[in-house]
Amino acid sequence: MKFFEIAKDPINTQSVIDKVIQREAGAITTFIGTVRELTHGKKTLYLVYEAYEPMAVKKLAQIGTEIEERWPGSKVAITHRVGKLDITDIAVVIAVSTPHRADAYEANRYAIERIKEIVPIWKKEHWEDGQEWIGNQLETVAYPSGKPEEGDLGE
Amino acid sequence: MNKVLFFAHLRDSAGVESVEFAASGKTVADLKELISEQFGLQNFDTVMTAINEEFATDDEVIQEGDTIAFIPPVSGG
Repeated sequence: MKFFEIAKDPINTQSVIDKVIQREAGAITTFIGTVRELTHGKKTLYLVYEAYEPMAVKKLAQIGTEIEERWPGSKVAITHRVGKLDITDIAVVIAVSTPHRADAYEANRYAIERIKEIVPIWKKEHWEDGQEWIGNQLETVAYPSGKPEEGDLGE
Repeated sequence: MNKVLFFAHLRDSAGVESVEFAASGKTVADLKELISEQFGLQNFDTVMTAINEEFATDDEVIQEGDTIAFIPPVSGG
């Protein structure tokens, strides 16, 4: 079973959840990241996600290992989609099972924040009047010149 | 030889997905400088580097056959 995947087709959320089912678990949390229409008032038509796939899979697996070390008894599965995604489409599904519920919430939150730090996946936003690669993990800054400006990275 | 990969806006700026480059013996910092000059890529110091699919520091020395990927700030999730 592949616990960490990059998918070109729509993600079946239940199949990701099923991977973390375990008798020791008292909780499963599922994070579903979806494509939002409005960002700071600007209307997105669609997104294109791109991954450095072999490394992205490795880094997703690394996040899984970090979680299993930090929250004993946890089990993690993550699938991130690439390609063209429309508004409301599912971009990422993270499922975490743990013996107790508090850990399942915390560990799942940790996973999405780490994805935004270390997994080589990029999104390009397409608007009515143009398109840009989104350049930082907080989704707040695009680089009109195609490059980060001074001060963008510390956020 | 070494394969050098570009992604996202770097690929758009460079105009290619990858290039063959003789980088063995050079540090990541050396390669960054050479590549950014050759392809006119600016603010390259904000880009992370991976050697064989693992993040590498600027002082790491590249070996023959290594695959180098330049990783702009990521925006997955």
